[in-house]
Amino acid sequence: MNPHQDQSPVLKAPGGRAASAPLMGGGTEPAIFEFSVPGRRCATFRATAVPEWSAAELVPPEELRPEPVPVVEVSERDLVGHVTRLSHRQYSVDLGSYPLGSCTMKYNPKVCEEAAALEGLRSVHPGAPAAQAQGWLELFWALSDALCRVTGMQAATLQPAAGAAGELTGLLLMRAWHAQRGDLRHKVLIPDSAHGTNPASVSLAGYQAVSLPSDEHGLVSPEVVARHLDGDVAGIMLTNPNTLGLFEEHIAEIARLVHADGGLLYYDGANLNAILGVTRPGDMGFDIVHLNLHKTFGVPHGGGGPGAGPVAVTEPLAKFLPGPVPTRCEDGSYAWKDPEASIGRVHGWHGNSLALARAWAYILANGAEGLERVSQAAVLNANWLASRLKGTFTTPFDRPPMHEVVVSTKHAPGLAEGTRALDVAKRLLDEGFHSPTVYFPLVVPEALMIEPTETESPETLAALAEALVVVGRQGPAGEGVPTSTPVGRVDEARAARVLLPTWDAVVAAQDR
Amino acid sequence: MAGYVPHTDEDFSRMLADIGMASIDELFGAVPEVLRLAGGLDLPEGLAEHEVADTMSALARSNRELVCFAGGGAYDHDISSVTRALAGRSEFVTAYTPYQPEVAQGVLQALFEYQTLVGRLAGLPVANASVYDGATALVEAVNVAVAATGRSTVWVSAGTNPHWVECLRTLSAGRDLQIIEIPTRDGVTNWHAAPGEGARLEAPAAIVSANPNYFGCIDPWPRARAVADANDALLVGIFDPVASGLLRTPGEQGADVAIAEGQPLGTPLSFGGPYLGMFAIADKYLRRLPGRLVGKTVDVAGRPAYVTTLRAREQDIRREKASSNICTNQTLVAIAAMVQLSWLGTMGLRELATRCARGTRYLREALLGVPGIEPLAGAPVLREAAFALPVEPELAIERMAEEGFLAGLTVQCEGRRGLLVAVTERRTREQLDAYCSALEKVIS
Repeated sequence: MNPHQDQSPVLKAPGGRAASAPLMGGGTEPAIFEFSVPGRRCATFRATAVPEWSAAELVPPEELRPEPVPVVEVSERDLVGHVTRLSHRQYSVDLGSYPLGSCTMKYNPKVCEEAAALEGLRSVHPGAPAAQAQGWLELFWALSDALCRVTGMQAATLQPAAGAAGELTGLLLMRAWHAQRGDLRHKVLIPDSAHGTNPASVSLAGYQAVSLPSDEHGLVSPEVVARHLDGDVAGIMLTNPNTLGLFEEHIAEIARLVHADGGLLYYDGANLNAILGVTRPGDMGFDIVHLNLHKTFGVPHGGGGPGAGPVAVTEPLAKFLPGPVPTRCEDGSYAWKDPEASIGRVHGWHGNSLALARAWAYILANGAEGLERVSQAAVLNANWLASRLKGTFTTPFDRPPMHEVVVSTKHAPGLAEGTRALDVAKRLLDEGFHSPTVYFPLVVPEALMIEPTETESPETLAALAEALVVVGRQGPAGEGVPTSTPVGRVDEARAARVLLPTWDAVVAAQDR
Repeated sequence: MAGYVPHTDEDFSRMLADIGMASIDELFGAVPEVLRLAGGLDLPEGLAEHEVADTMSALARSNRELVCFAGGGAYDHDISSVTRALAGRSEFVTAYTPYQPEVAQGVLQALFEYQTLVGRLAGLPVANASVYDGATALVEAVNVAVAATGRSTVWVSAGTNPHWVECLRTLSAGRDLQIIEIPTRDGVTNWHAAPGEGARLEAPAAIVSANPNYFGCIDPWPRARAVADANDALLVGIFDPVASGLLRTPGEQGADVAIAEGQPLGTPLSFGGPYLGMFAIADKYLRRLPGRLVGKTVDVAGRPAYVTTLRAREQDIRREKASSNICTNQTLVAIAAMVQLSWLGTMGLRELATRCARGTRYLREALLGVPGIEPLAGAPVLREAAFALPVEPELAIERMAEEGFLAGLTVQCEGRRGLLVAVTERRTREQLDAYCSALEKVIS
């Protein structure tokens, strides 16, 4: 035992609590258009010695806009001040814990940002011939290979720009596979706990989404699946662990049933963070996998994007992948290759390349053991938090969660009657923590879906658990909560009723 | 091994004990034994942070640095230091979708300002908070038109980016969309070649036309609008945000939906992504807008506040009935575009467009003076131009790389192949002259 080690971690400060922000508050940040003064500007341009033809000499008169399109006219100082102040009105992982269930808001290593900022990666035109972009092709090839190893698949495309884009791509691969066999099917099975993107993607792929009810344990039961298999089911889309944070224990049996009926299994990689190195979608019987690199592989979420949603498949589906895909030649160089029966491009170029570079840096940094540790700590944190919330909140499914835990305020043993998930979410903001996901999954009333991720320390976790219990016991919050945020409760109904989507709409409304 | 997991071994032991488990293995008790991966992941050991940086730098060095004359939707523009600094702020970089507006006013207000600027460039009243890229914007725009008209045919000008059209074909494969390509003549869409009334074809849901188009040519929208009117179809106008500094907006020339690849505004070439799909729409089709939309409202104390609105359109609520599946978008890239555009300002955007057009004109005149080089399309161009060469364009590109240039992209126009060349404000007269001499050398 290290004598210098403090054995009472509860006395330590939680590194993920953001209760000390912000620096100065209370004021309103004007719209950038309110700083605009005619004649002000920041832009400067290089001296190029190119002849200075006028606009009228360059554009046919009927096409030339007589007056420049109005943008904004601000000084550099004012622009920097404005956007910096906006950044101070924004919660982020770098500021504190962000336990949004299903979103995997882990800390994003800075070395990955530095990698994505390398000029040799940033300055390459996507149309550059392969011979001039060997670094990028090698990175793509290596990342595809690593993702196949993690998922137990045989080939991958990096083109899809986000999880939902990966879903549609994967479903179109499913469609191509069936079409090749002359067996065009019409239905795709999806559990009722699935993300909304799943059924939306199914419809866009031309299939009919069929919802499967979760059983009393929060799982998909083989019996329910079997009842829906009628030879017209193209496949089943599953997230495993599912959005309730539970591992679909019957997955092997479900895979056997679906395959026997001539269907395929689609793995939604939203929750892969729970199983790195423990089991692989390929081991479970899945044929098609999409990964959210912005969840599991450390790519920051950027306020809602960009992410990256690569799709990996088993050998029989490889020939349908969107092209081109990177290959390694015998001489060690890299080239583009179009799969023989490619469904075609799903991205204007090669995908969200800089996000892919961040993911590759993340995999390099962690390695096999590091990635395994990720899932271990993620699942440990969720279980530890679940144990702390038991007795205060309702736990709808009495089984140990994986990487996230879903609790409810409905009939909660330790909460005042009438306490809603939204009350807990808004009160938590005043405690210096971002809210969990609320009202999802839809199958749990008053759901709070909490995913602490592996990067939060036990001290932060203890503080978060305590805060959840404290705010839960405070009961219904009312419109006055939160109080310590840059703005109070936002009037969402009014935003929809009086739509003001631009500053120009605001000005027009004031003039009326 | 990297230190991103804070837990010490003691933390692990203590926390396991707290929840009554004896081992890490027990955490994964729900995973059946037969599915367990034996021997762990087949990946190398983790690297120290500085080794990661070295490895990534080595990859970056394996890419050749060339003077860029390639465009085709991705342009080599200067990016302001302000844009790099502000869009790189970790408050934006490490935030999530603004689902709790009280703590997401930064991203929400920045997106509101972005939407305003896109609306102005498009000449339309509403713009969303971004889709993935220009190609996705086209797919989403066509989906809007198909849903609005109940038809399943689109007429797409042959002057549309071929990668985008390929994406449209791929991503609509499950839904029997008929894509009819309308040829160009001398680089400009020949709408007279569109199917006539006697063709016994379904009327189109949308007319898709780009200005400037893929060949760099100015391809005016009023003609496309007339075709849309004649068929009671939507006009989807593809614009270039830099060209907006000089040209009339798609909205003022009749577009119902205006889309663009936003990369030229503050996003590095970065081998193709993340880029930015700009998407603006007429009021009439507002309820069909894909993706997120930010609106201005007030908080409980009456202070200005921003929030995502008209949420009932989105996939998490409409599920299988949603006309778009987009969730994660390109918010950070949109914020970069907002900053870059503000940095350019009204006059700066005009000057940027003018400088690109000047360089293109200078190079075009110089290249047309080289024996064997001809225009591939005769119509006036703005910031990009296509040329027929006496050699295969691939060969010219390969040889030009040896001279230090990315010469351009291969292009097919009206049955002929050639080289598509873009000039940005970064290119000096010296570089343009050197390019011209080098191309003359490699094609002879």
